[in-house]
Amino acid sequence: MKGCSMKGRIHSIESFGTVDGPGIRLVVFFQGCPMRCKYCHNPDTWEMSGGSERTAAEILELFERNRPFYRGGGITATGGEPLMQLAFLTELFAEAKRRKIHTCLDTSGITYPVGPESGGRRKGEFERLFAVTDLVLLDVKHSSPKEHVRLTAKGQEPVLAFAKALEAAKVPVIVRHVCVPGITDGEENLKELGRLIGRWKNLKGLDVLAYHTMGVSKYKELGIPYPLEGIAKMEPEKARAARETVLKGILEVRGCKSC
Amino acid sequence: MRQEWTSFNGGVWEKEINVRDFIQKNYTPYDGDESFLKGPTQATKELWEQVLKLSEEERKAGGVLDMDTKIVSGITSHGPGYLDKSKEKIVGFQTDKPFKRALQPYGGIRMAVKACEDNGYHVDPDVVDFFLKHRKTHNDGVFDAYTPEMRACRSSHIITGLPDAYGRGRIIGDYRRVALYGLDRLIEDKQRQKDGTRIIMYSDVTRQREELSEQIKALKELKELGSIYGFDISKPAANVKEAIQWMYFGYLAAIKEQNGAAMSLGRTSTFIDIYAERDLADGTFTEEEIQEFVDHFVMKLRLVKFARTPEYNALFSGDPTWVTESIGGMGIDGRSMVTKMSFRYLHTLSNLGTAPEPNLTVLWSVRLPENFKRFCARTSIMSSSIQYENDDLMRVTHGDDYAIACCVSSMRVGKEMQFFGARANLAKCLLYAINGGVDEISKKQVGPKYRPITSEYLDYDEVMERFNDMMKWLAQVYVNTLNIIHYMHDKYCYERVQMALHDKKVTRWFATGIAGLSVVADSLSAIKYAKVRTIRDENGIAVDYEVEGGYPRYGNDDDRVDDIAYDVVREFMHYIKGNHTYRGGIPTTSILTITSNVVYGKNTGSTPDGRKAGEAFAPGANPMHHRDEKGAVASLSSVSKLPFKDAQDGISNTFSIIPGALGKEDAVLFDELSLDDLSFSMEPDCACDEPGFADDGDV
Repeated sequence: MKGCSMKGRIHSIESFGTVDGPGIRLVVFFQGCPMRCKYCHNPDTWEMSGGSERTAAEILELFERNRPFYRGGGITATGGEPLMQLAFLTELFAEAKRRKIHTCLDTSGITYPVGPESGGRRKGEFERLFAVTDLVLLDVKHSSPKEHVRLTAKGQEPVLAFAKALEAAKVPVIVRHVCVPGITDGEENLKELGRLIGRWKNLKGLDVLAYHTMGVSKYKELGIPYPLEGIAKMEPEKARAARETVLKGILEVRGCKSC
Repeated sequence: MRQEWTSFNGGVWEKEINVRDFIQKNYTPYDGDESFLKGPTQATKELWEQVLKLSEEERKAGGVLDMDTKIVSGITSHGPGYLDKSKEKIVGFQTDKPFKRALQPYGGIRMAVKACEDNGYHVDPDVVDFFLKHRKTHNDGVFDAYTPEMRACRSSHIITGLPDAYGRGRIIGDYRRVALYGLDRLIEDKQRQKDGTRIIMYSDVTRQREELSEQIKALKELKELGSIYGFDISKPAANVKEAIQWMYFGYLAAIKEQNGAAMSLGRTSTFIDIYAERDLADGTFTEEEIQEFVDHFVMKLRLVKFARTPEYNALFSGDPTWVTESIGGMGIDGRSMVTKMSFRYLHTLSNLGTAPEPNLTVLWSVRLPENFKRFCARTSIMSSSIQYENDDLMRVTHGDDYAIACCVSSMRVGKEMQFFGARANLAKCLLYAINGGVDEISKKQVGPKYRPITSEYLDYDEVMERFNDMMKWLAQVYVNTLNIIHYMHDKYCYERVQMALHDKKVTRWFATGIAGLSVVADSLSAIKYAKVRTIRDENGIAVDYEVEGGYPRYGNDDDRVDDIAYDVVREFMHYIKGNHTYRGGIPTTSILTITSNVVYGKNTGSTPDGRKAGEAFAPGANPMHHRDEKGAVASLSSVSKLPFKDAQDGISNTFSIIPGALGKEDAVLFDELSLDDLSFSMEPDCACDEPGFADDGDV
């Protein structure tokens, strides 16, 4: 295949992904992430040095050989943070689109340029990605800028700028939000999240995920202390209730007051 | 046209016994949704309550509530039995009361006696004496003819699960014929067949005449069974209630005669729907009444019980009867065969609650109506009780009037039958190839004394050469063992009534089976791509293996090993086909152990893939446990590469997944519902209605 010489660092590939975008999907876990979310369940994807090198052609070959399974599904890039390898990600999605494969990006948007570095060239690179992206699952970690830093070790600004750019490019977005007891499940936090994302015209859905502790064993293996030691996993019903609260926030800004 | 057939479209089916023609000329495809379905009636609820109580008592009694120890079961052996006669719309039990297991010694008197003894019952000594002295059974016949080599293979478990002491099952009578034609017509037809046999009495002609006579007698007894319950089934059924009842009498006669390993029902729902449509149209019955008939019919199918030993139940992990009913599929003219009755059958899982039996099996095609697919999915999620099979694959060979016997064996109803064939343990066969026919557990010379492999490290080409020789030997012993079994079963335990509901000329599938495929594929892959060192006992027998380095493992969509699995199936089938088969049976193979893989593994020593002695095999064509690392699609893809044309009796892949891993349980996308749930009042034309918020169409 022409123009697919680039290599990406890939942590692993799941052939039967059903929770990261619509339908059955080939889920590609990218290696490397600049964030250090306390609840991260994939700490083994943090370091850029891990994983193995794959070309877009190799990855799509896995898709092609089992295409009948993926009717109604597609390919999802997740990680790690796929945007860390923006050029490779764009090449992968561009080639997927050429083959009429639905593309979905699961990201925090954290590498989007803001402040002094928000030059046109870098933004242009993102534009190229948006043009070949059918859906974005945007992980909004926390509604409060201050808490965002505390939770993820990074500021919230790039995430919001990224969301704005997606809106301008008319890329549909489903917001994902992990609900952690005592950290992100406060009533006001949740409502504020709703107000924040409710303004985005491209918002198509909301997925509130209950915090779970399945990542703990990976931390042990990697010898990293677990930051949320002692916090119990959240019951699914609570996450459902939290979603309702966020929806209220969305309605506040979208709702009928402005009619 | 006969009065019972008024308003049916006529056709060849009137002139000859041809149920498929009747169905094709008369059925109404249904592509609507399930909203027409009705819940259980009061009578249904009360009857089911009674069944649940009896089931509870049965469990408390250790698994068996009552056994007949005196009356040898036959079509007319018992008087009528009821749960509550006033409430039952469909009637008939195997003995004179529900939950009482029948005495069925023709497969083998020892097995029948043991089934009773193990459950605390004692067969009448006169009955035992009679069967030991005067009436030989299938089991006795088989052991009279077995060679020492066959016995050795049997006890070393290189050939396992042979139906040599119990009923073979896997035959589906076309029970629909009873309803459509009535017994008089069927008897008349069989009489004509008998009159039309060749007249020079070669042994096959003599056998045919004797069998046809037995079939006629069985049909007469079936008529008698109807009258025991107060019905005259000599005539065709006149409405849907009678059609179900007549059909059930046919099936009931079969299970009164045979305690087969799988006693499947066939493909009845589309047939029955024709009667239901007619009755709905002319107001004979309401939807609620029709659902009640179906519920009561299915209730009876759930209460099919056989006397079996604990060992048998251990092999099959439970007490399965395999009352498989095939639902849906596509017609060869392109119309879907889904009818309202397909919905009604599946709806019993809601009306009566979930149950493993009858084994409701949807013949799945990508072209099935969308509404039916969604209903199936919803019912599956609710009940976990639907089996799915690939109609698009099987229709090519079997047309559109086939059904599944047991779990995956497909056969044209009333035209094809199967000689059930248990399976050969190919993992053990590989060990025999390495050890020159010496059993790795008993250390006895079971297989032929071929040269063993004596090197420390296994060489792929050398192992393959020996393995092929050993498979060839195994196929020969295996097929000939089955030849004896089916000869004796026909002779001493003939399925009279089931074969009476078949055509005169029957295609016989000669089924064989494979156990341990993924163990063999991985072992050969390890030998080829890693280094496998043999660990030997004091006599030089390889008893364990050490794998040095990694190797491609079956279940990861890796052609290097998937090709090996493909070749093994092809080669073994090739050797099977090289043998003479009883009654011109057409050889097929299956790869479908669903539960017995545990027992097979227990009886097999360590294998070159690193599996330790006694560890379970993976079920069916599954990859070995925890060796498929690339997710379900890659795993399924490996399985789907196996050659179906060489394993037409079925390839099974047991697949368990937690619901959460099958997709989001809760709504993620916005839709009208999630907005309605909010307590805000919303005016029309407000910002909420703008596209992009309430619209989830294009994601």
